[in-house]
Amino acid sequence: MKLLTHNMLTSKCLKGVLVGYPLKIEVQDLRICEVNCNLDFLIRVIPRIDYPVLYTAMETLGYANDLPSEKPEDYQTNEEFLKKLHHALFEIEIINGNLLCPETGRKFPINDGIPNMLLNEDET
Amino acid sequence: MDILKFGYVVPTVEETMSKIWKKYLLWFAHQHANFRKEEMNSIISMFKITLRLVFESTDHPFWIVELSSPDEAYLIASRSVLLRYCIELWARSTNIEVLHSDLKSYPKDEIELYLSTTFKVVVETFCKHYTQREKVEKIETFNYLPLKGSVNLKNPDTTLFYIEYYGIESNSIPEKPIELFFGRWIADGQRDTIQKLSLKSRKFIGNTSMDPQLSIIMANQARVKKGDMVLDPFVGTGSLLIIASIFGGYTFGTDIDFLMLHARTRPSRISQKIRDKDESIASNMEQYGVKSRFLDVLVSDFSRTLWRTDMQLDAIITDPPYGIREAVERVGTLKSNPFIEDDQIHYPSKVIYKLEHLFIDLLIFSVKHLRLNGRVVFWFPLFRGKYSEDQLPFHPCLTLVASSEQILSNYTSRRLLTYEKIKEPETDDPACTIGEANFRDQYFNMRKESRTVRRLRQSGERARQRMEWEMRKTTNGDKT
Repeated sequence: MKLLTHNMLTSKCLKGVLVGYPLKIEVQDLRICEVNCNLDFLIRVIPRIDYPVLYTAMETLGYANDLPSEKPEDYQTNEEFLKKLHHALFEIEIINGNLLCPETGRKFPINDGIPNMLLNEDET
Repeated sequence: MDILKFGYVVPTVEETMSKIWKKYLLWFAHQHANFRKEEMNSIISMFKITLRLVFESTDHPFWIVELSSPDEAYLIASRSVLLRYCIELWARSTNIEVLHSDLKSYPKDEIELYLSTTFKVVVETFCKHYTQREKVEKIETFNYLPLKGSVNLKNPDTTLFYIEYYGIESNSIPEKPIELFFGRWIADGQRDTIQKLSLKSRKFIGNTSMDPQLSIIMANQARVKKGDMVLDPFVGTGSLLIIASIFGGYTFGTDIDFLMLHARTRPSRISQKIRDKDESIASNMEQYGVKSRFLDVLVSDFSRTLWRTDMQLDAIITDPPYGIREAVERVGTLKSNPFIEDDQIHYPSKVIYKLEHLFIDLLIFSVKHLRLNGRVVFWFPLFRGKYSEDQLPFHPCLTLVASSEQILSNYTSRRLLTYEKIKEPETDDPACTIGEANFRDQYFNMRKESRTVRRLRQSGERARQRMEWEMRKTTNGDKT
């Protein structure tokens, strides 16, 4: 799972959970895979992502130094920042681990890079 | 003269005057004709192309249009899968003499642009076969053209097309062609991409992987462009995401089927006993060289909220299960007090997710997450005899842009529905609705005879035929 996906995910499927965001991350395996960078797409996607959540996720994974804690004002033209952002959003993949609901602590396992967000029938 | 209007501005008189409009012949594949107009509308509105229709048809495999620049023809050909090729039309007639005289009067300076280059002439005959020699004889009749360059069959700078059209009635082919065309080849459509995406050579496929041609039509209907965010909420083996990624979209998907996403279901190929270790949607994306635009797939139940409320998408393309070949399910139970033991691995039980609810959920989801003018494209199964437009799902924030039928059997068909988001939801909007259909029940129960009766009748017939055959065999055997 990439951090861009994590940035969009909630645990609102759970009963009584209203926000369910952001999900906490527990990592067992991580993979870095290089991916072509598309600056135009990045500029389009920046307004759609929650930057503090992305930064916190990077911190959890131990890559806090790879991303500035705050989004620079000139982010649209700051190529160095865009490359770092690209790395954070697309190149870090969580292979095995867990996502945790911030309100209930319910674990959603990630296996082979695919998060399992299914509930059990007694939770619906 | 008709002008196609679809979500773009018709140019003013001055704009029209300042441009040089030329006629183009668009030759289509003689297949999926009722998707043709819809695909073309989506492509020209995506690129904001103004296209004037001179001749348009679903019966005949060609259109004649006017465009203000060949670049627009290239753009159309870069996306359309139903288009075979596009030709700058120099002459068109129902009579060979008129065609020749028209061609002789075609502006010399236009032809002279291609004078000194290498060229070849292609003779295409639709619905009639000619030998290569006859074709060469036909080419010789154009020897008055002032082409001074040399012939190059392999890699010419200019390709000229001479087309004889004998209609579509292959049982009664007329003596003389119905229509004749001559022009300069501009570009081929995306017929090649169908081969490139063939399911036969794809690493990971499932029982209901989408046919490549239809998946390309779907991505065109959704107007997937470079840098778009595209979601398939019933992703299966990801066949719709492949073409969306090829067209430059960033794709992700969800599905309730854990085993499918992990490629641990039974293999769909008859030659394959177990699935390969490296089968996955990601490896398909790698196979087609678009892994950099593939985000993720997740196991999730579409009937439950998964995403941030403000997640914004540019397009949603999907093929939900119809309950015939793939089950329509959501997590749930019929037990009033389900009890789950903590210490074991538990597979959540599933109940039927009513198809009507699924489609309503899909429209509501689309309105919530699509950007304005974003599109949702999906298949909708129907009973052919009972179809009326009010069966289709309706949402006040979405407008139905296209509905093309693909016939599946005597009784059933499916329609490719394309909705465009036209406004943000408001509190006093009318509700999202769908007609009573219950496709699955009809499929299994509403035929003239039930499946059990039909099976019994068919097996009885087979037994009778076998008996007759054996009787004949013994009587024949007696004779010899």
